[in-house]
Amino acid sequence: MSDKTLDLGTWINDGVQHLLDNHGGAFDSAGQVVAGFSEGIEALLMWPPAWLLIACFVALGLWRIGVRFALFTAVAFTLIVLTGFWEQTLVTLGLTFSATLISLVLGVPLGIWAARSDRVAAIIRPALDFMQTMPAFVYLIPAAMLFGLGRVPGILATVIFAMPPAVRLTNLGIRQVNRELVEAGQAFGCNRRQLLFKVQLPNALPSIMAGVNQTIMMALSMVIIASMVGAGGLGNDVLASIQRLDIGLGFESGMAVVLLAIILDRITESFGTPRPARGALRAWFDRLFASRSHSTAKTQEPS
Amino acid sequence: MPHGKIVVEHLFKVFGPDPQEALRRLEQGHDKDRILADTGNVIGVCDVSFSVQEGEIFVLMGLSGSGKSTLIRLINRLVEPTAGAVYIDGQDISTLPEAKLIELRRRDMSMVFQSFALMPGRTVLDNAAFGLEVAGEPRAEREAKAMAVLEQVGLASFADKFPHELSGGMQQRVGLARALAVDPSLIIMDEAFSALDPLKRREMQDVLLDLQNQHRRTILFVSHDIEEALRIGTRIGIMEGGRLIQVGTPQELIDNPVNDYVRNFFDAVDTSRYLTAGQLTGDDVPMFVHNGTAPRATTVCRALEEQNKAFGIVIDEDNHLCGMISREQAAQLVEDDQGARVYADSLEDVEPMAADASLEQVIERLVDSPGPVPVVDEDGNYCGAISKTAVLTQLKGGQA
Repeated sequence: MSDKTLDLGTWINDGVQHLLDNHGGAFDSAGQVVAGFSEGIEALLMWPPAWLLIACFVALGLWRIGVRFALFTAVAFTLIVLTGFWEQTLVTLGLTFSATLISLVLGVPLGIWAARSDRVAAIIRPALDFMQTMPAFVYLIPAAMLFGLGRVPGILATVIFAMPPAVRLTNLGIRQVNRELVEAGQAFGCNRRQLLFKVQLPNALPSIMAGVNQTIMMALSMVIIASMVGAGGLGNDVLASIQRLDIGLGFESGMAVVLLAIILDRITESFGTPRPARGALRAWFDRLFASRSHSTAKTQEPS
Repeated sequence: MPHGKIVVEHLFKVFGPDPQEALRRLEQGHDKDRILADTGNVIGVCDVSFSVQEGEIFVLMGLSGSGKSTLIRLINRLVEPTAGAVYIDGQDISTLPEAKLIELRRRDMSMVFQSFALMPGRTVLDNAAFGLEVAGEPRAEREAKAMAVLEQVGLASFADKFPHELSGGMQQRVGLARALAVDPSLIIMDEAFSALDPLKRREMQDVLLDLQNQHRRTILFVSHDIEEALRIGTRIGIMEGGRLIQVGTPQELIDNPVNDYVRNFFDAVDTSRYLTAGQLTGDDVPMFVHNGTAPRATTVCRALEEQNKAFGIVIDEDNHLCGMISREQAAQLVEDDQGARVYADSLEDVEPMAADASLEQVIERLVDSPGPVPVVDEDGNYCGAISKTAVLTQLKGGQA
């Protein structure tokens, strides 16, 4: 340590200590809000019996994607229940949702702001780079110091890690809305608020939803790591399997994470297309009745 | 200030780091390329002045990059002018505060876009009602109005479809319906039909002309298609390199192009198709004046025989058309009575054509009529008559 000429680390330590000494109360109350919020979400997920929650996911999959994905969802969740990881999975899901919601509540408005001001975008960009590339574990240390062990530092560290895609893709999505569409909005007398809500956001939706999808996936991966500060969930089992060199446990808990990730990924991705291909049910009905009705939908001409 | 629906005075638009510097250099007489090289500023629109009259379809023509799209965006201020003034109904748009500008856009002007610019997530009806929705019109009323304009453009049965379910031509009908729904007195159309195939383009031009016949609005139309400009334009303005180099009626531009750039536009077109009845009148139809007393039958008969013409036109001293007389009829009158005069009852009643009738209409009339067709202007004054020979000569000359 003595051969350092610039001891950045000590400054950071002092800074965190200073925050803790002088603003500990503020962090405590903020922590309580986050804790209450995430406990609420977890309780909501725990409240219905497993089969009902699984049925909900299956229905969602059927509506948004199709029969085959619905089947996959059913099998995957049943597998998790049978291997005894259902409760842990719900805890992980709750943490992921909490972190994602907080990320979006902060990230989407920030992205909108960045899209409207080049200066804001220029300032935010390096901050986002920092948040995304700093090794994820590093956030856990100050988070644990400021908020103590448990779910709160885990969620907040996850928010920092998972928020950047929401900001970036909201910004990008709004900036990439077709120029003539924006002009159309202006030409018909939109004020700035109407332009945002009637033109820019609806047309940036695919990109924003891609950001939401990325945020969820990053949150899920970070929530596992956050078990190191006692966030709980499947991460605990993964951690235990590493400590005990228990390959079997590692595989089981890891598989639960992967299955959860696939299901969340596909479902959120399906919301990214603004007018998705007709739902599987509709398509199925249409096929059923296609032979009877001869009215064919007008095919789209290339323009 | 000249009057008109739109009056544009010395309008400039400079894109780049230092527009004012570019303006100073323009004043010193530097040209565009040099200003771009020296200062990095691009001159989009350069000292443009013109006016558009109420109810007129004014077409801006020019090659791509000539500044025509920028110019129309300066008029509804989607692009902020660097210098100059734009008056709409006498109100200077370029200094209007934002709230007033938004109010004006909602109430009195709308726009149709080249790529249609329909909102993909909205139904046809919601797209058509967009302007009304933005203006805060209640749902029931705006949907009723939107439905009425969809009816006008023939898309009522597609109201609940989404734009991507329609063909290009139909999408632009929605674009047109959206522009009409707010019942504006001014519509700006930016290459509105350029993305359509030629047949659909013609069809849409007809729709536009039809709508214009039902309810006359001022239309500022940008096009790079000269046929389109000639077909729909009351007047045409030609742009080159950001400057408006000539403004005139189609015929004025065809007759007196200011330079080769303008002339080149018309090279590919058969301009004779845009001749009007007024321009086709020749001096080969004998004319007789009823100056209080009717002309003598012998005079008429002799004149027609001398010039070897089958018909003559009789007008009164106020230059109004009285009728037409054939050589046989005149000869008959003379045979009956040497001193006979050509009174109104011996004239053939012939319906005159309006001076702005198209060549097509003229030919249609000539085919059906044995003799020449008289032409009168909008005040009923006789302008001359068109004979078959005159038309053929004009067409031959026009083709040469």
